[in-house]
Amino acid sequence: MLENVKEKIVKSQVFRSIFRHGFPDNDLNRAYVVFSNVFLHIHPVKVRRSALRMRYTFCLGGITLFLFIMLTVTGIWLMFYYTPYTGLAYSNIQDIQFVIFGGNLMRDLHRFAAHGMVLFVWLHMTRVFLTGAYKAPREFNWVVGVVLLVNTLILSWTGYLLPWDQLAYWAVTVGTKMASYTPFIGQNGPWGAQLGFLPTNDIMFMLIGGTVVGQNALIRFYVLHCVVLPLVVTVFLAVHFWRIRKDGFSGPL
Amino acid sequence: MENKVTREIFPRDSRKSYGLVELMKGTVPIVRKEPEDTVYVWPNLILIEVICALLVTAGLILLVQFVHAPLRSLADPSTTPNPMRAPWYFLGLQELLVYFDPWYAGVALPGMIIVGLMVFPYVDTNPKGTGYFTLTERPFAIFNYSFGFALWWVTIVIGTYLRGLDWQWYWPWSNHLEHMNPALVTLVPLHIVFVNFLHVSKDIAKGLCDILFFAYFAIGMAIPYFFMRKFYDSLGGARYFVFMLFFLSMMGVGFKIILRLLFNIKYIVVTPWINV
Ligand code: HEM
Repeated sequence: MLENVKEKIVKSQVFRSIFRHGFPDNDLNRAYVVFSNVFLHIHPVKVRRSALRMRYTFCLGGITLFLFIMLTVTGIWLMFYYTPYTGLAYSNIQDIQFVIFGGNLMRDLHRFAAHGMVLFVWLHMTRVFLTGAYKAPREFNWVVGVVLLVNTLILSWTGYLLPWDQLAYWAVTVGTKMASYTPFIGQNGPWGAQLGFLPTNDIMFMLIGGTVVGQNALIRFYVLHCVVLPLVVTVFLAVHFWRIRKDGFSGPL
Repeated sequence: MENKVTREIFPRDSRKSYGLVELMKGTVPIVRKEPEDTVYVWPNLILIEVICALLVTAGLILLVQFVHAPLRSLADPSTTPNPMRAPWYFLGLQELLVYFDPWYAGVALPGMIIVGLMVFPYVDTNPKGTGYFTLTERPFAIFNYSFGFALWWVTIVIGTYLRGLDWQWYWPWSNHLEHMNPALVTLVPLHIVFVNFLHVSKDIAKGLCDILFFAYFAIGMAIPYFFMRKFYDSLGGARYFVFMLFFLSMMGVGFKIILRLLFNIKYIVVTPWINV
């Protein structure tokens, strides 16, 4: 009876139009399921048994990726309630926390998944380092990884400003002040003033769109945090995974 | 079963979009692994991924039952919190501001850390140790990584737990509400130490400091070149130079911290433009 229903579903035009193969209960379909699905096809069809060993990767790269996905989902949810305007941002966050159903949970998840992503990206890098997985032919994927690491940190830091509370405001004020010490292109940096850089035209001014952190800085950080940096990370992740496939996985033979 | 390319039949040619690239000896289409050694990704790997994802979700949901995202009072440009802490992952850099000027701790050094991490695969020529955890086969590489990140994490712990008002050093049992008297410690540039103890003029003392600074790099570069020839030869000139530059800079950060904490030295080199 159940077998019959299953047969019917699997053979139906709708099912076949979506999946193009039967249940992955035999080797042929197990192969199909991977290479006919856009999300699964970043995997090879088969992997070496040893590559599955948890005590090699500890799943750290995968966990980092999952945290990134989780941040995307909770982040989009938060965007529905958040306005990048200095007069509203703080009360929006208060609403999320105290008024909106599930808001507290979403904000907490977003915040701690962000801390987690920073931690796990570092752990993943350490695993890659300790297993020598960055050596030829994987040197370039390590470089891609470093770009991902830096982007993860900046992503986290730009998000830090958005609640517009004292913590956010001063962390970003002090952080962006560092930019003004950049040699040559910051007004406080070595050779900066000599080259004609002032508080109103140096690199820090460019970064925050003013001489102090204000509305312009908020909208810049908002756009970077919600659009630009996630896109950059996604693009580099695509390269990262592509290269793992092309360069081969380093696991024990 | 090691397969070797036997011979190239047709050289790759940009005018052709197809071609037989090479002939391999072997009995299976997979190169360099036995077919029995592999398993299907579905369900083996997919299952592990799903379990990982569920565990992480469960762990996070559990965590946020006990800790919550902070929300302080509304941003107020006229009241600066004291102490002002960066997010934890940048506390290491903030702590380094104690030992270096902002252009170095806040800009040059982070840049060097990033570039240094990127060049690592290109200056590590040790062919051993890919694909398994090992300490004994590549102790020096692991020493470098660990030293750098030990510095990173130790400064984070200091920044989180041992810094208080005005970014002064507070033990957990100190009174965190009382300002320390900053006048207790006077920081001096190294050349003043020379002036006081060697009784030389200021200019000579400054010259000594410059020489010391460059000697550190020059001698550092020279020692392995003359006495660890195998190490030098394995890297070659260019790699050796790049590696040693980063290596000596990293160790230099450690030395500077020690000089500052033990002898209250503020700068080693003082120039009209930059001080290090
Ligand atoms: C957003 C951050 C990142 C994500 C989501 C990510 C994800 C992954 C995943 C899923 C793998 C497969 C194996 C594993 O799970 O360990 C992997 C492998 C790898 N990752 Fe990352 N990664 C990230 C950042 C980095 C960083 C910061 C580095 C190094 C600086 C790096 C270097 C590598 C290398 C070299 C491999 C190949 C490992 C091998 O063949 O054993 N990745 N990454």
